Amino acid sequence: MTGFRLADGGRIDRRTKRNFTFDGKARWGYAGDSLASALLAQGQMLFGRSFKYHRPRGILGAGVEEPNALVTVDRGPGRVTPNLRAPSVAIHDGLKAVSQNRFPTLKTDLIAVNNVLSAFFPAGFYNKTFMWPRAAWEKVYEPIIRRLAGLGDSPTTRDPDHYDATYAHCETLVVGAGPAGIAAALEAAATGGRVILIDEQEEIGGGALSDPAQWAWLAEASAKLAAMDNVTVLSRTTAIGHYHQNFVVAAERLTDHLAVNEAEGPREKLWRIRAGEVVLAMGAIERPLVFEGNDVPGVMLASAAKTFALRYGVAVGRKVVVMAVHDSGWRDALALHKAGVNIAAIVDLRRDVASDLIEGARDARIACYQGYAVTSISGGQAVKGVTIALAGFGKGQQLDCDAVLMAGGWTPTVHLWSHAKGTLRWDEAWGAFVPDKTHENLRCVGACAGAWSFGKGLPGGLLPAPKPLHESKAFVDFQNDVKARDIGLAVQEGFRSIEHIKRYTTNGMATDQGKTSNLNGLQIASGVLHRPVTEIGLTTFRPPYTPQSFGAILGHHKEALFQPLRKTVIDDWAASHGAVYENVAQWRRARFFPQGSEDMDAAVARECRTVRSAVGVFDASTLGKIEVVGSDAAEFLNRMYTNPWKSLEPGRCRYGLLLGEHGFIIDDGVSARLAPDRFHLTTTTGGAARVLNMMEDYLQTEWSDLDVWLTSTTEQWAVIAVQGPKARRVIEPLMEGIDLSPEAFPHMAVREGRICGVETRLFRVSFTGELGFEVNVPAEHGRMVWEAIWAEGQKHGAVAYGTETMHVLRAEKGFIIVGQDTDGTITPDDAGLGWAVGKKKPDFVGKRSLARPDIVAPGRKQLVGLLTDDPQAVLEEGAQIVADPNQPVPMTMLGHVTSSYHSATLGRSIAMALVAGGRDRMGETLHIPMPAGTISAKVVAPMFYDPEGSRLNG
Amino acid sequence: MLLIHCPYCEEARPEVEFAYGGEAHIARPVDPSTYSDEQWEEFLYIRSNPRGRHHERWRHSHGCGRFFNAVRDTVTDVFETTYKAGEARK
Repeated sequence: MTGFRLADGGRIDRRTKRNFTFDGKARWGYAGDSLASALLAQGQMLFGRSFKYHRPRGILGAGVEEPNALVTVDRGPGRVTPNLRAPSVAIHDGLKAVSQNRFPTLKTDLIAVNNVLSAFFPAGFYNKTFMWPRAAWEKVYEPIIRRLAGLGDSPTTRDPDHYDATYAHCETLVVGAGPAGIAAALEAAATGGRVILIDEQEEIGGGALSDPAQWAWLAEASAKLAAMDNVTVLSRTTAIGHYHQNFVVAAERLTDHLAVNEAEGPREKLWRIRAGEVVLAMGAIERPLVFEGNDVPGVMLASAAKTFALRYGVAVGRKVVVMAVHDSGWRDALALHKAGVNIAAIVDLRRDVASDLIEGARDARIACYQGYAVTSISGGQAVKGVTIALAGFGKGQQLDCDAVLMAGGWTPTVHLWSHAKGTLRWDEAWGAFVPDKTHENLRCVGACAGAWSFGKGLPGGLLPAPKPLHESKAFVDFQNDVKARDIGLAVQEGFRSIEHIKRYTTNGMATDQGKTSNLNGLQIASGVLHRPVTEIGLTTFRPPYTPQSFGAILGHHKEALFQPLRKTVIDDWAASHGAVYENVAQWRRARFFPQGSEDMDAAVARECRTVRSAVGVFDASTLGKIEVVGSDAAEFLNRMYTNPWKSLEPGRCRYGLLLGEHGFIIDDGVSARLAPDRFHLTTTTGGAARVLNMMEDYLQTEWSDLDVWLTSTTEQWAVIAVQGPKARRVIEPLMEGIDLSPEAFPHMAVREGRICGVETRLFRVSFTGELGFEVNVPAEHGRMVWEAIWAEGQKHGAVAYGTETMHVLRAEKGFIIVGQDTDGTITPDDAGLGWAVGKKKPDFVGKRSLARPDIVAPGRKQLVGLLTDDPQAVLEEGAQIVADPNQPVPMTMLGHVTSSYHSATLGRSIAMALVAGGRDRMGETLHIPMPAGTISAKVVAPMFYDPEGSRLNG
Repeated sequence: MLLIHCPYCEEARPEVEFAYGGEAHIARPVDPSTYSDEQWEEFLYIRSNPRGRHHERWRHSHGCGRFFNAVRDTVTDVFETTYKAGEARK
């Protein structure tokens, strides 16, 4: 028991007690306490176990830089948040906090024995220790390492909270509400512009919260800001990142500081702020020192001890030694002394220290050791004493103490500056990178700008030690258990770039992203490499500044609001007829219509048989549709599509194949010429927007001289496909003004007329191989016409069918689906669609590519049919195909299955596949190795039903 | 999120309204059949990918729908200018 509550002082409310639990034990603190300060006040020094070695760890810092004291806060089912930093968690009644990464308890961690095994966890251990045998990595090593080395557990149940989001605009955004930020906000507000001041802490004030001399000013300034209409002050709000053109994203925590039963409304709110000017006043973070035993609980930053004493009224120890290489350590020691904390000694590696500091220490009767360094710490779970030695050399002398404060100098918080691609300059006085140039309207003020009078110090954090580096247990990155010697080892093994050293050692990774370790790691690497820091560079800062909940990033975009769901005008009818849906490119489509206890296979078999024997009705409204109008419409389509369009007579349809300039199929569809200057184009459901964009591109940028206008009409037309031998009989009674006889209205024709009294564009087309019509009517009449067709269909035994049946029927005919039977590397010839390429056309999009050497080379994958030897075996789509199933692994793969179904019509399975040299393999037996055994199949033409096409002409 | 000035709408609008369209000023040849395989490969796939000033196409997809050209610095992402399709390279 070392830390304790001071008799007075601090910004806590000593009249209001708060009860909470830590690892299940009842604890208490005062209103205004953080979890760290409340626990320290009760003598808790041990807060967590380290990442790899499970070493006992205590508090290092008093803010978001804290790498050790990570806790999980449990606010009820689905509200469990891991990896929160104890100094940043405000306590409230009922708070349930649990320490992490310990087994079974914080105090007795059985895994800490791997301290003994630490030789197995050197730099790069992920990459080298567990390499062999390879199979063991997945099954043995990785699960064990994940169990041993880890942070808190991810939540396992759904997050019941909701998260708000907003946009904001202002003339000036100030990030950080310490004295510099508050001054900047007041100055900007005086000009009358909109000002937003954001700060991550419970209350604004920053460093001033730890300096009672500034409290009167702080209260006055806070009141002034609160009274100004043009100022918005957001506390408990973290600026996660700076993005282009002063777009700053910040997350405001609205309820986490409240007791669970008091928390109402959204948990967090994500602010997307566009600012004219951004002022960064993010302060600086103190650097730890690197020496043997610097991770024993009770060794912490001097600035943290000062904050705990002056802001929270908590002494971190009864007998405290300060190890400084910087003037600020002396100042903090004197402030602590004044607050009633017993400072036993100040040790400073420097011989020359400003005389006013030395006099101050002498007046306070604090022993001073100049030119000395701490060389070791005694104590395991808590500091019991330190050994100090002159210049870190020799045996040294012991000092009794229960806390050691490190003052290693300061690192300006340049994260957001760097997000904005601001450049940095090495500053010898700071021993750190400070902001230099930016192209944004962005500036830094106060400590993060390097503009802060805080005294002098040595730049490097590694203290001299009697032991050689490779024997030392001096930690650089506490959260990742990276020692100084790991950095030495990385350099020894050939790593030179700091980005590589970071990834090899994991220095600066994980939840704190190196807030306390980056600069020390860099300077140690610099020392080992004998190269200046500026040549080694700094790792890249990326958002978020501190770990951020996914909930806030998602905001309202979840569940039904995750993305728009497009429904056709017939969707409600499908729902009331028991449709099972599938989503296709944001459209909700009826997949099949089960009756009674039918499963999908049974329903699809019935739907297929009915379409082939009688008639089926299908909602094809999702087809992409583009109206192409203008005197050059035919010329335009002739250039876009592979087939000839100029010769197409009005009243006729044509199957169009669209390539990219690279020669590969990107879309297809049947289109109709309604008039010399008007086409009704259809595209695939998923390709509509892409095709329109591509056509607009050519029209606007390549052929802007053409008189053509493109209009998306996908949602303007409802499309009802009526397919089957009785299709004509179903629609005939409903039609006006169109002669449906085969002579007057042949296959691939289009007519305009009326159905059920409303205008229609009637296509005679078939994606099933049966006699078929596609009835286009204005969307607002779609439901009415559908129901009329359905009622008429009942007289002929019609069935409503969904996309699954549509897929089976088209596969029986070998019709491709772009994106399923093609994959962006398939030419018309590969797909067996060479007939759709106009041989006489001088040019069309993609034509030149069809003559490229690799496109005309033999052995390309070609679309074929597959019939399994076992007619009931249905191949898995995506399954790989080989010629010899007995060849050694890795096998030579010839291609893959693209479409595969059970065909009720044929009473067997059918499949389509892309196979290398496929058309030359007709009749060959190929093999599809599967986990349950190899399936053999014969290569056939991709046409399984009615190859003559006679059924189309019914 | 970038703010992009549409030269047709004459307004700076957020990036989400726009779609990137690749490098600018790569005209489709009038008669591709006259191109050698190497020339055609160059047209299809070879791009300048500069560090610094980059001429590129954008489309104001969720606005006026027009394609236009821009000069953007690939290091800073700062737009130097945007101009209408068909105007000379800036």
